[in-house]
Amino acid sequence: MKSNSAVSSNKKETWSGGGVKPFGASYGKMMMWFFIVSDALTFSGFLAAYGLTRFKFIDSWPIADEVFTHVPFVHGEYPMIYVAIMTFILIVSSVTMVLAVDAGHKMQKNKVAWYMFATIIFGIIFVGSQAWEWNTFIKGSYGAVKTTEGKILQFVNEDGKQIALADFVTTERLDGREQHTKKNGLWFVEEPTIATYSIDQIITSYNAHPEVQVRTELITDQKKKTILSREEGSAQLAKTRLVVEGANLEVNEYGNTIFADFFFFITGFHGFHVITGILINIIIFFNVIIGTYEKRGHYEMVEKVGLYWHFVDLVWVFVFTFFYLV
Amino acid sequence: MGHAHESNTKKIWIVLIILTVITGVEVWLGILKPDFLYLSNFLGTSWLNWIFIILTLLKAYFIAWSFMHLEGEKTWFRRAIVWTPIFLICFLVTLLLIEGGYIYDTLGPLVKW
Repeated sequence: MKSNSAVSSNKKETWSGGGVKPFGASYGKMMMWFFIVSDALTFSGFLAAYGLTRFKFIDSWPIADEVFTHVPFVHGEYPMIYVAIMTFILIVSSVTMVLAVDAGHKMQKNKVAWYMFATIIFGIIFVGSQAWEWNTFIKGSYGAVKTTEGKILQFVNEDGKQIALADFVTTERLDGREQHTKKNGLWFVEEPTIATYSIDQIITSYNAHPEVQVRTELITDQKKKTILSREEGSAQLAKTRLVVEGANLEVNEYGNTIFADFFFFITGFHGFHVITGILINIIIFFNVIIGTYEKRGHYEMVEKVGLYWHFVDLVWVFVFTFFYLV
Repeated sequence: MGHAHESNTKKIWIVLIILTVITGVEVWLGILKPDFLYLSNFLGTSWLNWIFIILTLLKAYFIAWSFMHLEGEKTWFRRAIVWTPIFLICFLVTLLLIEGGYIYDTLGPLVKW
């Protein structure tokens, strides 16, 4: 034993705090709680910044249930259904985690292992769903144009329902552009993917289809996006600068670009937490299997990673509300 | 705490049912969006949004109290963990939302639609 250590480490329990337990909480558990508090403040900072930005653009913010409407393997529009399923999956994974902790208190090694395993599987399903959600969002569903004033214009049919560019754009490209590829001998130039349709093509098609109307980002008193008359639409379309398909950090067919930025950043940061949570769960899972905690005499480590996992669920509850519901 | 070793299985399932029902209600309201809630206004946002926020806080309460077992921690440890972030978050959110509203009031009229 070294003479300069503050607390006797005879019992080789330094990892659990040398036996001193203020507030009846062990060192590891208390530190996990303090980490969670600081992480909660980080997430709050992001969500508060999202709130500020949303209030800044309160009259033109995208309406969430017009953005997230897809469910895998199903055609049609089902706003919110898929995120609801994702939320449920995460809640269930929290339940299996808490069941693992409960089994740990009773020293039931096999039960702990199986519940940990279920938690890991549900976690992986959640991250997979999130990846699918991102992919759908990035690919976009309708397509839109961006004006020289930075506004997004979308297209609706006579019922006011949004339609995709592909639904009414039928003419030739008119500008003769083709994607530069090596295959076509253009090995010396590289360019980002060009849009499926040219600006001229969209304007010509708009003029040829009297049932198509233009919708702007501006929200009316009825909390719907403004639909312009044919003439106003024509005037706005004349200012088109860019054809937008999907969303990324620079453009966003659903509206304000910063909406996409926040979406990627906050759900991405949360997804990163889920991934690290899964990794930590896997490590603890194998520790359970090889009997580390059985030998130690208690399953507190499962409780500690459980706290982290529940925190990830807790954050998702707020992300769900502020991105998809409010 | 003292009774940490007794089984809580039944309570866990009850909390799962509560959380599922709350989420179900949120989604149901979110799809339905009844006009009298959606188009109303109370303290800067609609009643519908207030319902969502209250239900969210309720869910957060159940997760923290039951799943994270805060109910079993010593009173002052719990208070240190809970009230510190709640105070800081309320402070930050209030200031940032007021600031966001101010930016809109100032810059909004300059945007031509």
